[in-house]
Amino acid sequence: MKHNLILRIVSKFLIPFIFLFALYVQFHGDFGPGGGFQAGVIFSAGLILYALVFGIDIAKQIIPPTLLRLFASLGVLIYAGTGIASLIAGGNYLEYGVLGSTQIAGQHLGILLIEFGVGLTVMSVMLIMFFAFTERHKED
Amino acid sequence: MIEVIVNITLLILLVILAFAIIRMRSLFTVIMLFSGFSFLSAGLFVVMDAVDVAFTEAAVGAGISTILMLATLALTYSPNIVKEEEHPAHKPWLPLFVVCITGALLIYGTTDLPDFGDPNAPAQQHVAPYYLGKSMEDTGVPNVVTTVLASYRGFDTLGEVTVIFTAGIAVLLLIGGRRKKTKQEKQDET
Repeated sequence: MKHNLILRIVSKFLIPFIFLFALYVQFHGDFGPGGGFQAGVIFSAGLILYALVFGIDIAKQIIPPTLLRLFASLGVLIYAGTGIASLIAGGNYLEYGVLGSTQIAGQHLGILLIEFGVGLTVMSVMLIMFFAFTERHKED
Repeated sequence: MIEVIVNITLLILLVILAFAIIRMRSLFTVIMLFSGFSFLSAGLFVVMDAVDVAFTEAAVGAGISTILMLATLALTYSPNIVKEEEHPAHKPWLPLFVVCITGALLIYGTTDLPDFGDPNAPAQQHVAPYYLGKSMEDTGVPNVVTTVLASYRGFDTLGEVTVIFTAGIAVLLLIGGRRKKTKQEKQDET
């Protein structure tokens, strides 16, 4: 699809908005519909669109597969780590209330952190899957 | 009233799509129709006020899984094989019979269920009133779905994330690495 001018221009125009929307869904999940899971999928959709239009190899230069594997584990680690942090702060596992100065502040912080972890893992895993499938295709 | 009309329209479209998917033999078309099916389901969830679920269905069902299915189709592509589903070798009567009986039993089962959206249904009486009443006080987060997912049911969500992570690892293990060349291919190269 490298020679398809309209597709290139339109996706160039669209991709920043897809990323922006993903970030909005990620951090506005407390107030509107959405959250880490949806945001991760939307973010990876933006990158997949980029990979489809401009080529897999260029997309891999932007976000190398090794980095993706790191991110996927990091997301789970952030989530589980938030639980450990609340243990250390004197609460139960994943009891966010103790993380902040007040119950509400702690809950906000905790939810923000674990949603970020979810988003990171989902985004990375979706891209790992996509790259795995396309990589295999290229070899044959 | 308008909700009923929208619901019926969406459900009729879903049935039409389902039949089109059954009739279709081209796998590419089937995948695209699946995507449309997911998108219509997302619309249905919006009508039911389950916006978060609709969001996920639209993003995952209609978006990513379609891409992955297309990638699989491309992966299994071979110029010699026509990408058409083959007609089944057996007659359709036994599967049709089983499906009809199961469907009839399921519909019979729904007569015992509480009505759709019934506030006195057991599912609405268990922990839901507490969540709806206390979530703002407990967490200060207006979206109750987020509160339940991230805070009240944080363990479950941790499990879900682990499942996704495991799926990623599984894909990497199965098709991620470089494929070993078979003896035949090595011989072809030399």
